[in-house]
Amino acid sequence: MADLSALRSMNRLYYVLLALGGLVVLGGAYAVHMMEHHGHIISGMNNQIVWGMPHVFAIFLIVAASGVLNVASIGSVFGKAIYKARAPLASLLSIAMLSGGLAVLMLDLGRPDRIIVAATNYNLTSVFAWNVVLYSGMFSLVIVYLWTMMERRMNPFNKAAGLAVFVWRFVLTTGTGLIFAFLTARQAYGSALLPPMFIVLSFAWGLAVFHVVQAAIYAWNEKALDPAILQRKKNLLGVFVVGSLYMVATYHFTNMYFAHQQSFELFILRDGGIYPNLFWWGYVVLGNLVPLLLIYMPGLGKSKCVMAAALLVVLGAFALLYVFIIGGQAFPLDIFPGYEVSSSFADGQIAGYKPSIYEFLLGFGGLAIAFLITTVSVRVLNFMPQDKPYISD
Amino acid sequence: MSDINTQRRQFLKTSAGAAAIAIAPGMMLYQTAHGDTAAASSSVRWGMLIDTAQCKEGCNDCVNACNKENGLSGKTGVTDSQWIRKIEIKAVGSGHAVSLPMMCQHCEHPPCVDVCPTQASFKRADGIVLVDRHLCIGCRYCMMACPYKARSFVHETLEDQNPDVPRGKGTVEACSLCVHRIDKGQIPACAEACQNKAILFGDLNDANSEIYKKVRSVASVQIRADLRLNPGVRYQGL
Ligand code: SF4
Ligand code: SF4
Repeated sequence: MADLSALRSMNRLYYVLLALGGLVVLGGAYAVHMMEHHGHIISGMNNQIVWGMPHVFAIFLIVAASGVLNVASIGSVFGKAIYKARAPLASLLSIAMLSGGLAVLMLDLGRPDRIIVAATNYNLTSVFAWNVVLYSGMFSLVIVYLWTMMERRMNPFNKAAGLAVFVWRFVLTTGTGLIFAFLTARQAYGSALLPPMFIVLSFAWGLAVFHVVQAAIYAWNEKALDPAILQRKKNLLGVFVVGSLYMVATYHFTNMYFAHQQSFELFILRDGGIYPNLFWWGYVVLGNLVPLLLIYMPGLGKSKCVMAAALLVVLGAFALLYVFIIGGQAFPLDIFPGYEVSSSFADGQIAGYKPSIYEFLLGFGGLAIAFLITTVSVRVLNFMPQDKPYISD
Repeated sequence: MSDINTQRRQFLKTSAGAAAIAIAPGMMLYQTAHGDTAAASSSVRWGMLIDTAQCKEGCNDCVNACNKENGLSGKTGVTDSQWIRKIEIKAVGSGHAVSLPMMCQHCEHPPCVDVCPTQASFKRADGIVLVDRHLCIGCRYCMMACPYKARSFVHETLEDQNPDVPRGKGTVEACSLCVHRIDKGQIPACAEACQNKAILFGDLNDANSEIYKKVRSVASVQIRADLRLNPGVRYQGL
């Protein structure tokens, strides 16, 4: 009897979670409706900060969606069994986050109703247009890949599909980096380092998300992750975190090296108020150093610590993207190098930005879409990693 | 409003192939081809030469004329459109101060056109860079890409529009070089309004034009020439 009531309360919890997720999606839909009706005037975005909070959410989701597939790739491309067992879940998360991220990106458009124009009037030179292809291609590829895993008859194609996904996601994250790398006139962007930086960031962010979801699923099923597996995954997370910190540091160092970028770097790293604070405290300390401590400190590194580390990595990701996207636009564009400038259009001034509630609603709506897709799929299909007794490979 | 839209679309459709409505002051054929690259002549390159020595600090005549011509509110809040703005610049070393108007520079190699996913941003054969507001999805990528901050995003519903210059909420817009006036054989509103004759408008390719001669006889620069976009707007006295 006790078992049955436990099952019932789990069931109830599941529906509560669904309802909560649905509510957040509704909140996002409300924000979209309001922005459609009133225009972006009700957002915090303006003619200086043209990409705001929605882009922070969207780019996080898209980058993490690519990175989470790393787990699958290590399994199917490099043949590691414990990762292979996790490939279906990783693929599901990828699809879920890609859906959430794209929804946010699309619904933030000034004219989301015209999205079809992006397909009918394709501009070959636009990185944005390339990305439309990359995103939809990734979507289909991952679905095929999932199919090769879940349907026995399709198993023989699994390796090929895995390889295709592996290659595609590198191209995809490169494409995301290129969106910014091509903005040569802006001090914050226009760096060839951005695509590789985004790739390494995607590894860390994707794995962190994977950890959180996996831990939740194990807890839900009242199972414990094999300590040996936990050990390996947390080490991998540690390596990715160090790697991404290295890439971000390199990006800032190279910027410092170019004289015309120096004032921008001082702004982002020292003088820019919220931006240096978010960068140092949010990204470097909370998003990197504390997770590394949690992972590697002797005596720490247990499953709760790893969970906390993963959550902090995600938090750090948002801090970094905020600094990168918003801070990068807030710093005045250098139209007249060597001159002090002023105008009615914020020339020479740090641009102000206060995200509005609608932007957050939209962003969280995207997260909730990813959450709902994951929760429902995990419930109706079997995404629980099936580990054989652990053998080192 | 939507009435104007459909009319306009209809008009574009019919004009796309054949229409060459010639209005010919000065013996020149201008075609009404607002959204139609093909109809503008590629032998023409419209441009401006701005003499900063003539431009006065505090004078806003060009800006006001642009606002009136194009139906802009003239407000300068963070979400209001500004197609042209006055910038005061002061050299850091010498303190040499200059006042000048800044608007879309009508680049020969416009980054806004490169990045636009839908071909809404486009360059006419005569060098004028425009946004087709029926194609613009409002992604704002062009605003990120423009080195001159020439573009504005329409943040709210508009009223009292000039039927010659349709604008729309959720789309991006910028100085069109008063293409509707040019196509009627007139010069841009800002150039006409400037009492100090600081803005010289004309065809950079026409050896008989004043701008052609002046560009070759006085020192002028393009802003951020290092980016190699070859803007059609040049500045004198910088
Ligand atoms: S000035 Fe800006 S908006 Fe105008 S053509 Fe050049 S890049 Fe495009
Ligand atoms: S905002 Fe409009 S014109 Fe600008 S890049 Fe996007 S679709 Fe093109």
